[in-house]
Amino acid sequence: MGSNSLHVLKGINFDVKAGELVSIMGSSGSGKSTLLNILGMLDEADKGEYILDNVPIKNLNEKIAAKYRNEFLGFIFQSFNLINYKSALDNVSMPLYYKGVKRKERTDRAMHYLEKVGLAEWSHHLPSELSGGQKQRVAIARALASDPKVLLADEPTGALDTKTSYEVMELIQGINDEGKTILVVTHEHDIAQMTKRIVNLKDGVIIDDSKVEQVRASQHV
Amino acid sequence: MFDIERWQEIFETLRKNKLRTFLTGLSVFIGIFILVMLLGFSTGISNGVRSQFEQDATNRISVWTGVTTKGYKGLNPGRYVQLKNSSFEAVQNKYDDLLEYRTKDYMIWGGTVTYKNETGNFRIRGTLPDNQFIENADIGSGRFVSQSDLQNNKKVAVIGNKMKKDLFKDEDPIDKNIQIFGMNFKVIGVFYDPGGDREESQVYIPVTTAQQVFNAGDNIRNMAFTVKMANNFDQAVAQSTAIAEGIEAQIKEIHTVAPDDQSAVRVNNTLEEAKKIYSLIATIQAVFWFVGIGTIIAGIVGVGNIMLIVVKERTKEIGIRKALGALPMSIVGMILQEAVFVTMFAGLFGLIFGLGLLELVGPQIESDFIKYPQVNFNIALTTVFLLVIAGALAGFIPAYRAAKIKPIVALRDE
Repeated sequence: MGSNSLHVLKGINFDVKAGELVSIMGSSGSGKSTLLNILGMLDEADKGEYILDNVPIKNLNEKIAAKYRNEFLGFIFQSFNLINYKSALDNVSMPLYYKGVKRKERTDRAMHYLEKVGLAEWSHHLPSELSGGQKQRVAIARALASDPKVLLADEPTGALDTKTSYEVMELIQGINDEGKTILVVTHEHDIAQMTKRIVNLKDGVIIDDSKVEQVRASQHV
Repeated sequence: MFDIERWQEIFETLRKNKLRTFLTGLSVFIGIFILVMLLGFSTGISNGVRSQFEQDATNRISVWTGVTTKGYKGLNPGRYVQLKNSSFEAVQNKYDDLLEYRTKDYMIWGGTVTYKNETGNFRIRGTLPDNQFIENADIGSGRFVSQSDLQNNKKVAVIGNKMKKDLFKDEDPIDKNIQIFGMNFKVIGVFYDPGGDREESQVYIPVTTAQQVFNAGDNIRNMAFTVKMANNFDQAVAQSTAIAEGIEAQIKEIHTVAPDDQSAVRVNNTLEEAKKIYSLIATIQAVFWFVGIGTIIAGIVGVGNIMLIVVKERTKEIGIRKALGALPMSIVGMILQEAVFVTMFAGLFGLIFGLGLLELVGPQIESDFIKYPQVNFNIALTTVFLLVIAGALAGFIPAYRAAKIKPIVALRDE
C-alpha cells in the first residue's frame, strides 16, 4: 500500500501447537492484527517462514490461498462480517458452498453448528434481526463449519459488552476444549486471561510469551 | 455456467436484493422496448408511404401535354399541343421492346352518368386494356376493357366501386345499362383502386368508343407506359429515366415544341419519384436506427453504471467470501452471471412486450402513413444479445478489480 513502506513486524518467532488457545496482546500499532492477517493468509509477510500443519505457506497464488483459507482456517472478526442479506443458516453454510459440499448436506452441517452455538431457533433470521452476541455466535459457527485446523479471532469481543463477551469466550473455550487450535487477538486483559497462553507484542517484537492459568468464562457469566 | 449450486446462489441473491434486480432489469427492459417500438414504427411508416405510393404502378411513365410557352420554328407560343393516335404509335414503335404495358387515354373530366333514377358526375375515361395494370386497378366483378371491345367500338363500361355504390346501391351492376351523356353503355365490370374513392369515381370505356362518341377524331388526352423492370433497382431507374427523356424529346419533335419548353409536354416518371421516396424511407429508417442505437447505448451505460455500484456495494461481501475460501474467478463469475441473467431476462421481456404491443396496437392504427408496424425478430433478438454482452463487459472490469482486492482491504472497517 503506497510508496512509504512501514515495517510493522520486526522478527517474530513462535510456535503454536495443536489444541492451544493463545491470545495475542499488545497496544494498537504493536502489529498484532498484522500477525493474525499473515497467519490467516489474508496478507503475506515480506520475509520469513510460515508453516501450517507441516505445509510451508509461501508464494501463494490466489487460488491456493483461497483453498488453504477454506480448508485450514476459520475467521472470527470484531465486526462479525456476516453477509447481511443471508439468513444465519446461509451464512454458516457459506464456507461449505465454497468447499463444494452439496446443498442438502451443507444445510445439515450448518444447522449442526448453529445448534452448537445455541442458535438453532434463529437459523432463518437475518443478521439485522440478531443481537451483537448472537451475530458473533453465528460468525463462530461459520468459522467452525468447514472444520478448519485453526480458528483466528480478531478482537472477537471488541464490539460486545462484558457479559456478552464472556458468553462468547465461554463458547470459544468450549470449542478449544474439544481440541481446536484457536488464536485470539485482543487488548483486554480479562479476555486474555481466559486463554491458556498470552503472547505480548510491542512495536513488532514479542516481549513476553507465557502460559497462564486459564480463567473459565463460565465463572463470570 | 451450468452449475446448479451456482444458480441457486444467484437466484437467492437476486431474490434478496429485489430493488437492485428491478432497477437493473428496468433500464434494459426500457432500452429494448423503445428500440422495438422505434423499429416497429419505422417499418410502419415505410409500409404506409409505400402503400400510398403503390396507388399506381411504380414503374410508370405518363405523358401529358399543355400549352406552349415558347415560340419555336416560326410557331407562336400559347398553342395547345394535341396528342394524336399517331404520337402514341410513334412512341410505341420506338420503345416497343422496353415497354411492359401501354395505354392512350381520351378522357372527359366530368360527365353525367345515370342509372335509372340515380345520377352522378364522374370522370369518363377511354382507355386501352393495359391501363388496368398501369392504374393498379383490381377487378371486383366482371372484366376490364378488352381488345375486341376496342376493335368493335363497343359501348361497354367498367365502373369504379364508388360509382357502383352511388348508382347501384346493392344491386348487381353487371350487364345493366347506364347512360353516359344519354348514351347507353353496358356495364361489364367493377374495379377497385388502391387510390381510394377518388380513383374509384371514374368509368373506363374503350378509347376507340370514346373518340367516336365524343367526336374526338384521333385525339388523345394523355398516354402512359410502364417500363420492364431491370433486376437492379438503380439500373431500372436509370433505364426508365432514359426512356422518359427519350419520349419527351420524341413528342416534342413530333409536335414541334421547343426542347426546353417545360409546360407544353410533361413526362412524369414515377420510378424516379419512387427512388426519392425510397431514399426518404431509408433516411427515416436510418434516423430511427440512430435513435434506437442511442437508446441501446444509454441502456448499456446504465447497466455498466449499476454494475459499478453493485460491485462497490458488495466489496465487503466479496472480502468475506474470499476469506471463506472463494476463488477470485468464482466471484467475477458470480457477479457477471447475475448481470447476464438479469439483462437477458429483462431484455427478452422487453422484446416480447414490445412485439406484443406492436401486434396488438398495430392493426388499430388508422393512419395512411403508418401501416403494419412490425419488427424483424432476428434483428431485435440480436440487439438483446448485444446488450447482454455489452452489459457483461461493462460489468467485468469492476468485478475483476473487486475480485483482485485483498480480503484484508475489503474487510477493513470504514
